[in-house]
Amino acid sequence: MSIPTNDQSLRTGNQADLQTSGKPLGRDDLARLVAGDIAPGSFVNLGIGQPTLVSNYLEPEQNITLHTENGMLGMGPEATGEQIDGDLINAGKIPVTELPGASYFHHADSFAIMRGGHLDICVLGAFQVSATGDLANWHTGAPDAIPAVGGAMDLATGAKDVFVMMTLLTRDGVSKLVETCTYPLTGIGCVTRVYTDKAVFLTGPDGVQVRETFGCTLEELQAMVPMPLRAADPS
Amino acid sequence: MLNFIDTVGEAVAGIEDGSTVMIGGFGNAGQPFELIDALLECGATGLTVVNNNAGQGDQGLALLIKEGRVKKMICSFPRQSDSWHFDAKYRAGEVELELVPQGNLAERIRAAGAGIGGFFTPTGYGTMLAEGKETRFLDGKWQVFETPIHADVALIKALTADGRGNLVYRKTARNFGPIMAAAAKHTIAQVSGIVPTGGLDPENIVTPGIYVNSIVKVA
Repeated sequence: MSIPTNDQSLRTGNQADLQTSGKPLGRDDLARLVAGDIAPGSFVNLGIGQPTLVSNYLEPEQNITLHTENGMLGMGPEATGEQIDGDLINAGKIPVTELPGASYFHHADSFAIMRGGHLDICVLGAFQVSATGDLANWHTGAPDAIPAVGGAMDLATGAKDVFVMMTLLTRDGVSKLVETCTYPLTGIGCVTRVYTDKAVFLTGPDGVQVRETFGCTLEELQAMVPMPLRAADPS
Repeated sequence: MLNFIDTVGEAVAGIEDGSTVMIGGFGNAGQPFELIDALLECGATGLTVVNNNAGQGDQGLALLIKEGRVKKMICSFPRQSDSWHFDAKYRAGEVELELVPQGNLAERIRAAGAGIGGFFTPTGYGTMLAEGKETRFLDGKWQVFETPIHADVALIKALTADGRGNLVYRKTARNFGPIMAAAAKHTIAQVSGIVPTGGLDPENIVTPGIYVNSIVKVA
């Protein structure tokens, strides 16, 4: 669905061929988009909060295996009613279910799965992402905040691809896609894609590319973020 | 030496002031509440506690913190919606916090049990949690030197023990149990059931009894 045009036309703000939808994406639409982008057969970790919504849109034929860092592969949907079991929870401490073929393991093994590069994708929330894929998502840095990191740094460092889901702008209208993160870092150069309500961005050492926009032109998008944008190379 | 003990009170009686105590569990799953209650009861204080969190609600580890028995927490995720006892003690400057990324926490515990003197890991490189630590460029990436976490005592929860102290766990309640059992000088396991030696399939044992010192059955 991403049909970028040549770089030149985009640099001048002409995005005649850039895929765009009529309005910004809501949280569920964004989750559906991320789910559709996950390759069949992948091993995936979905972070706490908005990324968890992605699981609602994974199709059985995608054959995705979900990892939860407290020690399980093959996690099923959230448990309800009689299914609720205090010994079967996800990383957000929400009761979940197990699917056929599930496995349990201790914490050191679970993080070896992550750190060892065995997970294909993790999807995380973020306070800020930099143009080169630095991630800030664990601590606001406020002097009175009690810091808590959990598995955020391990996830950011270990998965082959790190996708971020976030709104592009803060409530005050400031871009969360930044030249350099001002919040404390979670990981350096780890984010490969940023899914926002206004566009999908590809991040990396070569800067920021735009895969598609939602309810805005590339020119309008450029006005919201502080770094130069270019169209993603056709893939 | 393996002992089967009748009560949780007797099981924790030897824990001394100033000990480093590992407590299993991720959230409430796998948290050995009865052993923690007994530890509270026995009065040991000045403790350094290793756990993923810093207590939830008004039970278990949260009460140990509330009662001022914990001098230092080593954990990855102390702040939760119901971690009010830790929050209050931390803001009052009455408990020290060593914050460790969760995977580094697990691997540092594992390293202690495995006799590893330290290791390099990419997790945390370039972040404030790696400040002041040795770094090296290894295997194509920058990595941070981390040291093992040893403990005097581990309190863990398992599903079933056999007569040799072999343990099996239940679902995600396994979490830190196996690695804490190996990392502590003295491991106390509370279990839901005890079966005779030979009653567990050797192929399915998760924690071999060599790591376990005391077993107490709780209802």
